[in-house]
Amino acid sequence: MASINKRNDFFQIIIKIIFILLAVMFLFPFVYVFSASFSSPVAVAANPILIFPKEFTLAIYKIIFKYSSIWTGYVNSIFYTLVGTLINITFTITAAYALTRPELIGRRAIIFFIVLTMFINAGMIPNYLLVRDLGILNTRWALLLPVAVSQWNLFITRSYLEINIPNDLHDAAEVDGAGEFRYFFSVVLPLSTSIIAVIGLFYGSGHWNSFFNALIYLKDRNLYPLQLVLREILIQNRVQVETSSDLGDTSLAKLGVKYGVIVLSVAPLLIIFPFVQKYFVRGVMIGSLKG
Amino acid sequence: MAYEMRKKSLMNSSSRRIIKKNIALYLLLMPTILYFLIFRYVPIYGLQIAFKEYNPFIGYKDSPWVGFKHFQSFFNSIYFFRLVRNTFLLSFYSILFGFPIPIIFALFLNELKSEKFRSVIQSISYVPHFISTVIICGLIVNFLSPSTGFVNAVIKALTGNTIDFLRKPEWFRTIYVGSGIWQQMGWNSIIYYASIRAIDPFLYEAADIDGANRWQKMIRISLPSILPTIITLLLLNLGNIMNVGFEKVFLLYTPNTYQTADIISTYVYRSGLVDQQYSFATAVGLFNSIINLLLLVIFNSVSKKASGESLW
Repeated sequence: MASINKRNDFFQIIIKIIFILLAVMFLFPFVYVFSASFSSPVAVAANPILIFPKEFTLAIYKIIFKYSSIWTGYVNSIFYTLVGTLINITFTITAAYALTRPELIGRRAIIFFIVLTMFINAGMIPNYLLVRDLGILNTRWALLLPVAVSQWNLFITRSYLEINIPNDLHDAAEVDGAGEFRYFFSVVLPLSTSIIAVIGLFYGSGHWNSFFNALIYLKDRNLYPLQLVLREILIQNRVQVETSSDLGDTSLAKLGVKYGVIVLSVAPLLIIFPFVQKYFVRGVMIGSLKG
Repeated sequence: MAYEMRKKSLMNSSSRRIIKKNIALYLLLMPTILYFLIFRYVPIYGLQIAFKEYNPFIGYKDSPWVGFKHFQSFFNSIYFFRLVRNTFLLSFYSILFGFPIPIIFALFLNELKSEKFRSVIQSISYVPHFISTVIICGLIVNFLSPSTGFVNAVIKALTGNTIDFLRKPEWFRTIYVGSGIWQQMGWNSIIYYASIRAIDPFLYEAADIDGANRWQKMIRISLPSILPTIITLLLLNLGNIMNVGFEKVFLLYTPNTYQTADIISTYVYRSGLVDQQYSFATAVGLFNSIINLLLLVIFNSVSKKASGESLW
């Protein structure tokens, strides 16, 4: 018995070490970029192997502070995320509720009408032409309306409401003389806060992270979301820094800006992540119950 | 007679109530129904331009029909084979290497005794999933840079040489698949881990009494118990094999790596939105969607037979 226990302990230690190595692998890129962003770009370029900041300086953030398109992008992304998510939640919760009511005439047909679009998607060009023909090309609407409802979020909301709000409540409200709207606003909505949190986070992170619709629908740089500005800086290497920056050399300043913007865009997410991750997991679980 | 009338008026009032209720429900549904009509069905109507010579000044309806001309010119184009091969291989390798890893990850998570340690590891493993594609690709470009990248600094310290990974076609698939595994393994393990936890503990206790060791329990109990989940997800993945995540390819590829990196959807983007050959690009995209749909239907019916699980 003692030897089995010892072997168990040994096994636990081995897999713990493996999992710690995996965790390091998941986090290392972020730790590295964080440290590099507080280092002197001269030192990073000379030897990119580091874990802690080398020759600590805030020079990079001083450049970013004056980099106006980053901040325009930041503000725009906050706008798209807040307004977009508000639209998403309004559309999704109202429709999901209506689709749980058995007395809804044509319920199956409407569900079929929505499910069908999960399998038949017209694709990039017809979607682009539609946005153009609606006259919302190069406006903020182009990032809000085409993604107003996701079928997956609609269906997880519907299954949540079906499971968590008993029909008896509806019957009781009816006896009390409450109409559908009263019931929806004063009974269903207050009982749906946790599913609203789940889908709000899915929709919200989708808005914050998306860049492709902005790329094809927007021309005006003042409307660009942060991710599109990041694409210019990180992928296309189009970084606008003044030659008279604190770092002297332009190519070093460009390198530094890249580390700094990654930190700035990932930081809000990493800060709120520990508090909200359980909602994401819950969403996946609800989704898998009724795939 | 009086009874008949009472019954009629009762029916009237109840059907009136149902109609009134339905009006309310349809008002709640209205925004979403309109959304699907306008933003999902109108583009499907617009697909007809794949069979027409679309002229923006004439519109969808009056542009002349050309039949399968655009499809034919795609099938005959020198890029056809390359695009289909690249699209297929990126997915195929992603499934081959990326599919088993979350399962193994979940099986070993289940072996951890300390609940606290396990939940910390799980939370950390979800982080990459929530990072935007632009940032992921930015990190890849940054780490692999031949002059200032961390990876090349290590390679240089060891061998004295550097590798310009993102300009070499032979590296593209490895980079794409490897970064995908790093980003998704924790997140994709959620569902397997949940099904392992749902296994009746009695099965493990019985195995303990029979003297089974942990490997035997893992292989003989855990794995078979989650097999239906594995099969369903595998078939779903196979059904989506020609449906490659477009954004990552778009951000990472360059003309240097088109040979292995250019896929059908990136080609649709270039020919449609950059070169403005709307009809041709719509036809290429439609070809891809039809293949996707066929594969999904085939693998879904296989899934239904194999495990009783299906999408519809």
